[in-house]
Amino acid sequence: MPGKLRVRVDQDKCQGHARCKSLAPELFELDTFGNAHEAGDGTVPAGLEDKAWLAQSNCPEIAIDVIEK
Amino acid sequence: MSDHAPVTDWLHDFDHTDPRWTENPYPIWDELRTTSPVVHTERFLGCYMPTTFEAVKQITYDTEHFSSRRVVVRDVRPQTIPAPPITSDPPEHKPAKQLLLPSFTPDAIKKLEPRVRAICNELIDDFIDDGGCDAAARYSRHIPVRAIAHMLGIPEADGDRFIKWIHEILELGIKDEAALIRAVQEMIAYFSGHIERRKKEPADDLITTLVSARDKDGRPLPDAHVQGTLRLLLIAGIDTTWSAIGSSLWHLAKTPADRERLLAEPELLPTAIEEFLRAYAPVTMAREVMKETEIGGCPIKPGNMVLLSFPAANRDPAVFPDADKVVIDRKQNPHAAFGLGIHRCIGSNLARMEMTVAIEEWLKRIPDFRLDPAGKVTWSEGTVRGPRQLPILFGKA
Repeated sequence: MPGKLRVRVDQDKCQGHARCKSLAPELFELDTFGNAHEAGDGTVPAGLEDKAWLAQSNCPEIAIDVIEK
Repeated sequence: MSDHAPVTDWLHDFDHTDPRWTENPYPIWDELRTTSPVVHTERFLGCYMPTTFEAVKQITYDTEHFSSRRVVVRDVRPQTIPAPPITSDPPEHKPAKQLLLPSFTPDAIKKLEPRVRAICNELIDDFIDDGGCDAAARYSRHIPVRAIAHMLGIPEADGDRFIKWIHEILELGIKDEAALIRAVQEMIAYFSGHIERRKKEPADDLITTLVSARDKDGRPLPDAHVQGTLRLLLIAGIDTTWSAIGSSLWHLAKTPADRERLLAEPELLPTAIEEFLRAYAPVTMAREVMKETEIGGCPIKPGNMVLLSFPAANRDPAVFPDADKVVIDRKQNPHAAFGLGIHRCIGSNLARMEMTVAIEEWLKRIPDFRLDPAGKVTWSEGTVRGPRQLPILFGKA
């Protein structure tokens, strides 16, 4: 059983590729400029852990942190 | 206008307009990458090329040493022709880009999807009973032309003119400065009428967005800014996506296993599209060196250009295992087809939507197809790579 995860988007690195939003729409939101932010406080609901890692590993700017709480 | 001598020493004398590069650049990049993270040529008045993902990334992030004021490597260095935000450096870059970004978010682009789906089907209606077609000339080429015309608010029927200008600016213009200048002047004349009309009668399109924009002091943008951005949107939105759709169809025509898998598992398409973007990334950009620096241990001197090959970065095995294999269900794929850093392609969401819809509609109506052995596939030269002639036969072999 994996530990509880949180995702975080580094606003200095995100350039709006939107890969995270397309791979894990439940975990990310886009602002008016198309840049990504973690949904809510970034807590990853149970069952979506794989999507968090997938989003992280596909971000071309390495802007996503997945934190194990 | 000059012809280039054939390349015999890629390491010290590379040339991205050489016929061997145009035909099949991948072995060349592999050879260069194993030799050095950065190579140099005396051609184009001096030009570097980073060969690894890491070196490409470093340069895109370093706007202090590398300027975007010239984004195409040419034989000559004509006076800079601003086309904000692609030719802008910080601090001008951010406001120029933020003005456009809201029109290109995934949600904004989604509204255009039904129109693109209709365009694809209108095009297919025209050739589906012919047994085959040139998929570049009859299909992939027209989709982005009509989509961007729709967004800008200019007639879709003017598409042939747009394609002529793009060919003159991005292909002929590498070696023929006169062709470049002429095309830019024709575009300015074309857009000036549209700009004046939108000032009087605003509409729901990008030209209106630009003419009604105000800077932080409440002033409208200078006409040169509006004109430059319009040229950029027209040029950047067309042969890039035309190439990406064409390369995807080319791959599927010669790879029946991938085609059958996408027919059986249509939900895999977005993942496959990312892999086509990685493996066949169409766009090579450029930077101009402003200050002396070092990349990957190689000295970089001002006065040179940098050929920024995102396609070569995407084939770097240090980042992508089996980089030269097209793996349509590749899970980890942080490719750089749309660039990296502040100049990330503003049209990336539009391009993805057009590619996905174009391949989806094609597969629905033409599930079986193959390259025509009697025809020849030809590729564009230089800055944007994709099939310009793509003869395809419909049905099983």
